[in-house]
Amino acid sequence: MEYILQPWPWYVSGPLIALVMFVLLYFGRTFGMSSNLRTLCAIGGAGKRVEFFKFDWKNQRWNLVVVFGAIIGGFIAHHFLSNPINIDLNQTTIEDLKTLGFENAGQSLLPPELFSWDNVLNLKSLSILIIGGFLVGFGTRYAGGCTSGHAITGLSSLQIPSLIAVVGFFLGGLIMIHLIYPILF
Amino acid sequence: MGKYIKFFVVGIFFGIVLVKSEAVSWYRIFEMFKFQSFHMYGIIGTAVGTGIVLLLLSRANRVKTIEGSSLKVPLKERGFTRYIIGGTIFGLGWALAGACPGPMYILVGTGAFSILIVIAAALLGTYVYGLLKNKLPH
Repeated sequence: MEYILQPWPWYVSGPLIALVMFVLLYFGRTFGMSSNLRTLCAIGGAGKRVEFFKFDWKNQRWNLVVVFGAIIGGFIAHHFLSNPINIDLNQTTIEDLKTLGFENAGQSLLPPELFSWDNVLNLKSLSILIIGGFLVGFGTRYAGGCTSGHAITGLSSLQIPSLIAVVGFFLGGLIMIHLIYPILF
Repeated sequence: MGKYIKFFVVGIFFGIVLVKSEAVSWYRIFEMFKFQSFHMYGIIGTAVGTGIVLLLLSRANRVKTIEGSSLKVPLKERGFTRYIIGGTIFGLGWALAGACPGPMYILVGTGAFSILIVIAAALLGTYVYGLLKNKLPH
């Protein structure tokens, strides 16, 4: 039990994520988390206005069930399977974050500077969360997949399109952290 | 209802793994893009490595899905533009919000409800993509 309560090392977590992908394939489905965003738009009635959302979303209900399970899994892991310990970040990362104005890095999953309700209500944090989310939603459909669909499933099946997408993911991420963060914070 | 239970169980497992691996943490994503830790690269690398082996083994053994068809990954359309541009836009958002779609949902379960703002914005982004799809280079 003590091993479960500790953070899991990468060499345990990575293979378990591959197992999730494989089990979904075995069930005749695919591992793709961002498809649910499209499904939710369709359920909300977006199909009436936009062709892209005109599809039978009922076939995608299984994936929404995966999402629902993932939320419950997040609850279980956070409340019952975790010792309250800090994330073991690199000391340099903690220093770097301090210079950017993020204190106590690693003492929670998300930085309170952006995600606490006090800060969410200030224009800067709110804009960051909204623009960040928007880019994820827009980019993932444009690229036809996210980390689960391209980085895990696509690379595991040795698909070139997914490799290009993953290069894009890192290109965007590196631009954001190295070039845009210093301007923002 | 019964046929959905297995997907629910897979989801729970996925949620637990991503929390326990700390991949849902904003800080881990920042650290990854700073190249200051091997942690996230280790996760993605071993996930892909294991995935490759599982898929090769299942192909060699002609594994069938529970529905009886042969187990295979649907192929992505060929192309370049949509993958590099879409991917880069995704990456900008991934680093800015510190979460990709899977972790977004899972974070709701950990009680970080302000992530719902990010999810709502991601839905809007998806909707706007659908709106502009035919005008964008693919």
